[in-house]
Amino acid sequence: MSVNKKATPMKEQEATERRKNFLEVPLGYTKEEAIIEANRCLQCPTHPCIEGCPVHINIPVFIKAIREENFQLAVDIIHESNLLPAVTGRVCPQEEQCQVVCVVGKIGDPVSIGRLERFVADWDIENRKKGNTLLPKKEAPKGKKVAIIGAGPAGLSCAADLARFGYDVTIFEAFHVAGGVLVYGIPEFRLPKSIVEEEISMLTKMGVKFEFDFLIGRTRTINGFFEDGFSAVFIGSGAGLPQFMHIPGENLGGIYSANEFLTRVNLMKAYKFPEYDTPIKRAKRVAVIGGGNVAMDAARTALRLGAEHVYLIYRRGRDEMPARAEEIVHAEEEGIEFVLLSNPLRYIGDENGFVKQVECIKMQLGEPDSSGRRRPIPIEGSEFTIDIDEAIVAIGTIPNPIIAKTTPGLKTGKHGEILVNENMQTSIRGVFAGGDIVTGAATVITAMGAGRAAAKSIDRFLKGEI
Amino acid sequence: MFKILKKEILGPQMVSMVLDAKSIAKIAEPGQFVIIRVSEKGERIPLTVANFDRVKGTITIVFQKIGKTTYLLAEKNEGDFILDVAGPLGNPTEIEKFGKVVCVGGGIGIAPVYPISRKLKEEGNDVISIVGFRSKDYVFWEEKMKSASNKLLIATNDGSYGEKGFVTDVLGKLLETEKDIVRIFAIGPAVMMKAVADMTLKYGIKTIVSLNSLMVCGMGMCGACRVTVGGETKFTCSDGPDFDAHQVDFDELMKRLAVYKEEEQIAMELFKGGK
Ligand SMILES: Cc1cc2nc3c(=O)[nH]c(=O)nc-3n(C[C@H](O)[C@H](O)[C@H](O)COP(=O)(O)OP(=O)(O)OC[C@H]3O[C@@H](n4cnc5c(N)ncnc54)[C@H](O)[C@@H]3O)c2cc1C
Ligand SMILES: Cc1cc2nc3c(=O)[nH]c(=O)nc-3n(C[C@H](O)[C@H](O)[C@H](O)COP(=O)(O)OP(=O)(O)OC[C@H]3O[C@@H](n4cnc5c(N)ncnc54)[C@H](O)[C@@H]3O)c2cc1C
Ligand code: SF4
Ligand code: SF4
Ligand code: FES
Repeated sequence: MSVNKKATPMKEQEATERRKNFLEVPLGYTKEEAIIEANRCLQCPTHPCIEGCPVHINIPVFIKAIREENFQLAVDIIHESNLLPAVTGRVCPQEEQCQVVCVVGKIGDPVSIGRLERFVADWDIENRKKGNTLLPKKEAPKGKKVAIIGAGPAGLSCAADLARFGYDVTIFEAFHVAGGVLVYGIPEFRLPKSIVEEEISMLTKMGVKFEFDFLIGRTRTINGFFEDGFSAVFIGSGAGLPQFMHIPGENLGGIYSANEFLTRVNLMKAYKFPEYDTPIKRAKRVAVIGGGNVAMDAARTALRLGAEHVYLIYRRGRDEMPARAEEIVHAEEEGIEFVLLSNPLRYIGDENGFVKQVECIKMQLGEPDSSGRRRPIPIEGSEFTIDIDEAIVAIGTIPNPIIAKTTPGLKTGKHGEILVNENMQTSIRGVFAGGDIVTGAATVITAMGAGRAAAKSIDRFLKGEI
Repeated sequence: MFKILKKEILGPQMVSMVLDAKSIAKIAEPGQFVIIRVSEKGERIPLTVANFDRVKGTITIVFQKIGKTTYLLAEKNEGDFILDVAGPLGNPTEIEKFGKVVCVGGGIGIAPVYPISRKLKEEGNDVISIVGFRSKDYVFWEEKMKSASNKLLIATNDGSYGEKGFVTDVLGKLLETEKDIVRIFAIGPAVMMKAVADMTLKYGIKTIVSLNSLMVCGMGMCGACRVTVGGETKFTCSDGPDFDAHQVDFDELMKRLAVYKEEEQIAMELFKGGK
């Protein structure tokens, strides 16, 4: 059988159109398209794709179910390993995970596993809307309470599994909604918030309780949970502490951390100001500092808020950008201007304290550093300025120190990450951790995988096995 | 959802509310604040926990109607609910037995000063409080402040009550006569805190201010509230809100407070127009 070398394309909003709105960019497969793409899978016996996926979804089997138009079966297979497929199907770096190892990739484009996953998940959501909700089976109640800190992918998946194992689970979340980075970080045009909401509503149906506006370390401490009768605690508080460059002028008006900028726009819906009350500056010339997913999201968001020029300033070259390839292409198509091999030195403000220029220096790449990427070195005398009226600093985040600071005996590493053993146990008995708080900023699917691994360990711990 | 148990109008544009908030009341300390969100489309704004009752499980907020969110909040009545109240946030004010201390509260700043003076007095300090209002009509919590201090001095800008002038005028005289003041706490508008800081620097008296930076998250993850203290960037919500007044870059703080002036006006005009 000959395989079509080209992946079935997914329809997208045109770049000229989408740069003006917050609607989702890729539009998803139709049933026919999904089946055509599913037929490209060779069902190969070695199925390296399964190993490539951090949570080891049984990919060939769910793809076979799509071929046979048994979409419910496909959903069930994915759900065995992944609770938020509508999310991961959209935002997973598939090209580095399941798809990079796909056998078809040797002769052409790999099978579009992520797109198929998204198709199945969206079919499921539509099906549920028709009232066909199938809740996962739950074991008999075990009469024990578990507290989960943080309603991001790690906390949500840990909670779901523990609920299935029969535990009484409560998620404590500092913000007023669940989702973590999925709701405050990743923009609407990449991940519609209604989809996140729909996926999370499944947890409530499974009996998981939510306490919002609850900041652990302030409203309650970890020790407090044990006093309140919880038998185990899972920390999934993410890596939310924004880093700044600490260069002159960084606190001028109009300069945001990517977290603040995206939180205002996504969580607080500042793009709908004044219908929504949270304001955001609608700038004309925006500099975004960084080259990762977060920088791409911030840049594309600034564009949608009406910027005429968005400069993405990155100290290495295009090939070194850590962002997903697909997002770099999307950003370029939409007109983001890349200022590569350049690094900001300082911001210059006007008399009212608003930023009006950024001064940068050109860089060249030297020897590889500890991360294996070539280290950028400033080129003396190459300073230049760009006129801007807004800057967004997207150079990374690290674990927020608040829980570590308020929990005596909780061991952390040099970037504030919580240290765990192979069972996701922290230095305090009964306290487990996983996701970005342990690894530093990573991906949705690794955070989910960690949450699920922790749920297994918590179950064993509560049964007295570890 | 947090129920409003009691609402009181304290003066022109000033409202106090007692909220049912058990988990916050249980552990709140002077100097901490909450972040509230009034409605589904609302903003998150910080308000100090001006009082708390651990037994009844209530906290008190006092606010000034100055923009859309505080106006919306003021429209709520007893029995109504506030959508979100998160807290207590920020670090408690450092309170121990210092000796003779002065608490300075300007306008709305008196509400957050109150639990601080009270605790200072409980700890055995000799507490002199100075409170300042625009005029007699604006005076509130006089009795409360009296009971929380060993001595209370009142100033009004127009002299219609207490001494005429600003809190700094009263403080200036006090610093001339009382030579054993070891610590000063000042809360109010940024200009007032800056004036106090400038004045006490000359006397070398340690001065603590509670900053009112604009905030979004209130938990150290956005950096909206950043201020320069002693040449370093700090987050008011997680590193503060109390800082050493002599280290704070007040000019930067004031500029950052004005960042959304235009947008705040737009929101307010639409609100007044009934939208
Ligand atoms: C802008 C942006 C774009 C991204 N794009 C992608 C992408 O395309 N693909 C991808 O795979 N990954 C992406 N990521 C990374 C991914 O979102 C994260 O790795 C993932 O969300 C981590 O999950 P988590 O559950 O560990 O933490 P989070 O999602 O950060 O959730 C942590 C939750 O804990 C809460 N919390 C924190 N502290 C406390 C406390 N003390 N008490 C109570 N609650 C607390 C927080 O409010 C939050 O809700 C992106 C990240 C960002 C910021
Ligand atoms: C830790 C902390 C504790 C606070 N405690 C109290 C409190 O107990 N009672 C109280 O009334 N207010 C308090 N504030 C200030 C309060 O948060 C603001 O008044 C509120 O956000 C205004 O919202 P708004 O939408 O009504 O007005 P906006 O439309 O946001 O603003 C209207 C006007 O008020 C000014 N303004 C806005 N925010 C502030 C601010 N943070 N400080 C000073 N002026 C501001 C604006 O420049 C504008 O002129 C506190 C602030 C912080 C950071
Ligand atoms: S979860 Fe991510 S890595 Fe795993 S199959 Fe789906 S898209 Fe691929
Ligand atoms: S590696 Fe590719 S072709 Fe083989 S089973 Fe997986 S998806 Fe199908
Ligand atoms: S308000 Fe977000 S960091 Fe302080």
